[in-house]
Amino acid sequence: MIVPVSYYLVLGAILFSIGVTGVLLRRNAIMVFMSIELMLNAVNLSFVAMSRALDSLDGQVFVFFVMTVAAAEVAVGLALIVAIFRSLGSADVDDAHVLRG
Amino acid sequence: MNMSTADVVEIVVKSLVIILALLTGFAYMTWFERRVIARLQSRVGPNRVGPSGLLQPLADGVKLMFKEDIVPAEADKVLYLLAPLVTVVSAIMAFAIVPVGPSVTLFGRTVALHLADMNIALLYFLGLGSLGVYGVVLAGWASNNKYALLGGLRASAQMISYELAMGLAVLSVVMLAGSLSLVDIVNAQAGGRWFILLQPVAFLIFLVTMIAETKRAPFDLPEAEQELVAGFHTEYSGMKFALFFMGEYIAMIAISGVAVSLFLGGWRGPFAEQVPILGVLYFFVKLVAFLFFFVWLRATLPRLRYDRLMHLGWKVLLPLSLANVVVTAIAVVARDTGFFGLG
Amino acid sequence: MNVQLLVFAVLAVTSVATALAMIFARNAVHGVLFMVGNFAAVALLYVLLGSPFLAAVQILVYAGAIMVLFLFVVMLMGPEPAPLWEHIPGQRPFALLFGLLLAAGLIVAVNVEKLTGVPGMMTQEVLERLGQPTALAQTLFERYVLPFEVTSLLLLIGMIGAVVLAKREKHELPAEQASREGGTE
Repeated sequence: MIVPVSYYLVLGAILFSIGVTGVLLRRNAIMVFMSIELMLNAVNLSFVAMSRALDSLDGQVFVFFVMTVAAAEVAVGLALIVAIFRSLGSADVDDAHVLRG
Repeated sequence: MNMSTADVVEIVVKSLVIILALLTGFAYMTWFERRVIARLQSRVGPNRVGPSGLLQPLADGVKLMFKEDIVPAEADKVLYLLAPLVTVVSAIMAFAIVPVGPSVTLFGRTVALHLADMNIALLYFLGLGSLGVYGVVLAGWASNNKYALLGGLRASAQMISYELAMGLAVLSVVMLAGSLSLVDIVNAQAGGRWFILLQPVAFLIFLVTMIAETKRAPFDLPEAEQELVAGFHTEYSGMKFALFFMGEYIAMIAISGVAVSLFLGGWRGPFAEQVPILGVLYFFVKLVAFLFFFVWLRATLPRLRYDRLMHLGWKVLLPLSLANVVVTAIAVVARDTGFFGLG
Repeated sequence: MNVQLLVFAVLAVTSVATALAMIFARNAVHGVLFMVGNFAAVALLYVLLGSPFLAAVQILVYAGAIMVLFLFVVMLMGPEPAPLWEHIPGQRPFALLFGLLLAAGLIVAVNVEKLTGVPGMMTQEVLERLGQPTALAQTLFERYVLPFEVTSLLLLIGMIGAVVLAKREKHELPAEQASREGGTE
C-alpha cells in the first residue's frame, strides 16, 4: 500500500475519539446519536483498511453488516427519541431523568 | 493510478460536453414541453420568439436573470443557496454513467462514449437520487416558512418511498445482465433482446417510479402546492428558482437516459456498431420518446392525492417489485443450471 | 509527493474537520450536514482503499437514508432552546480532556501493534479481486449467509418497532367510544 495501513488506523482512532467527545459533550439527544454514528463510521474505516492490508474480504463483509445494523438502530433510536420528545417536551438528555411517563 | 495527459483531456472534454448538452437539453426541454402540451390542448404554444418559438428558452433565461433575487429575512443563507445547487449538481452528475453510443475512434484513440464506466454504476445513480433528496428538504427548511418546510418534507418522503421500488426494479435487470455497469447492461441487450421484452413488469415499475422521483405529473403534488398554498420552493425567485427547474428537467433527462440504457437497449439498433453516429442517433430518439411520454402524462393525467401516492409506492409497487425480483431470480438460476429445460 | 498520499491527506483532513464541526455545531441541521460531509469523505476513502462497492453503499445507506432520517427528526423537533453544555459542572473541559486522552491512547496502540499479515501486496490484480461487488457478494452469500438472513430479520424487527413507537394513539370521538362499548365486539 502506498498509504500505510497505520495512517488509516490513526485516522479511525481520531474520528472515534471525536465521536466519544461528542457523546460526552452534547446534551441534545440527536447530536449524541450522531456522535455514536461517527464512532461506528470510524470503526468501519478501520475494518476496511485492515481488510485491504490482510487481503481478505471478511472485513468488508463485516462493514456491510455494521451499516445495515446501524440503519436499523437509527430507525428505532429516532423513533424512541421522537416518542420521548412527545411525552417530555424536550430533547435534552439531562431532562429524561425520571423513570416515569 | 497512472493516467496520461490524453486521458485527463478526454475526461475534461467529455465532462464539458455533457454539461453543455444537458444545459441546452434543459432549455429546449422547456420549449418542447410547452409546445407539446399546447398541441395536446388544441392550442399552439410559444411561437412568437424566433421561428416556432425556438428562442423562447433564451427569452425566459434573460427574464429570470434580471429578476430580483429575494432572500427571506430569517432564512439560513448558506443552506438557502446550497439547496438548489445540490439538486442541480446531483442531476448533472447522474448522467456520467450513461453510454450514449459505441466506441468511436477520434484522433487516433478509441474514445468510449460515456464519462465513466464504474463497476457500481447503478449504485452510483441510486446514490445520487438519495442525495438529491437533500436539495428538496433543505430548500423547505432554509426558507424559514413552515408551509415550505412541510412541503419539503412531503416531497422528500415521496422521493424516498419510490426509491425502494426503483432499486428493486433495477435489481431485476441487473440480475439478467450480471453487472451493475450500464455499459455492460447495454451490451447484454445485443441482438435485439431488449430488457423491456424480458422484464416488462420491471419496466412498468421503473416507469412509474421514474415519474415519482422527478416529481412530475401525476405525482407532482409538491410542485402543485405552489399554486395552492406553499411547496418547498415557494420562497425562491429568480436564478435560484431557475436552478430548481433546471435540476428537475436535467434529472428527467438523466433518468430517461438510464431507462433507455436499462430497458430499450441503450444506443443499440441496426448497424449501430459499424456507424457510431447511428448509435448516438438511436439513443437520442429513444430519449426523446421517454421525454415525450413525461410531457404527455403531464398534459393528460390528473394529480394523485398524497395518501394515494404513498399507498401506491409502499403497498403496490414495493410488493410487486419484490415479487418480480424473486421470479427473475428463479428464472436466472433455472437458465444457468439448465433446470426446467430452460437455458 | 505521491497522488494517493495527497488525496488521502485531503480526505483525512476533510473528515476530521467535518467531524469536529459536527460535534461543535450550534444548529442541529448544520450538524447533520457536516455529518453528511464526513460520510462523503469516508466514502471516498473507501474508494481509495479499493472498495468502491462499500463507498456506494455508504452513500446510499448512511448519507442517503440514515442522515435524511436524522434531518427529518431534527426538523420536526424544532430548534434547540437550551444551552449546549454545563449541566454537570466541569462537563465541558472533562469531555474535551477525555477525548484527547482517548485519541492519544488509540494512536499509540495502533502504532505499537505489529501488523500481522503482509502489507504492500496491493497489486492491481488484488485490488480488482477484492473491490468487485461480485467478490463481496460471493463471500457474503457463501460464508456469511446465516448472518445475512439474521440481519434481514433484525431489519424487519427494527421497522416494526419504529412504526409501533412512532404511532400516535387516535383520539376517539365520544360517539365512537359509546358505540364501541355498547355494541358487541
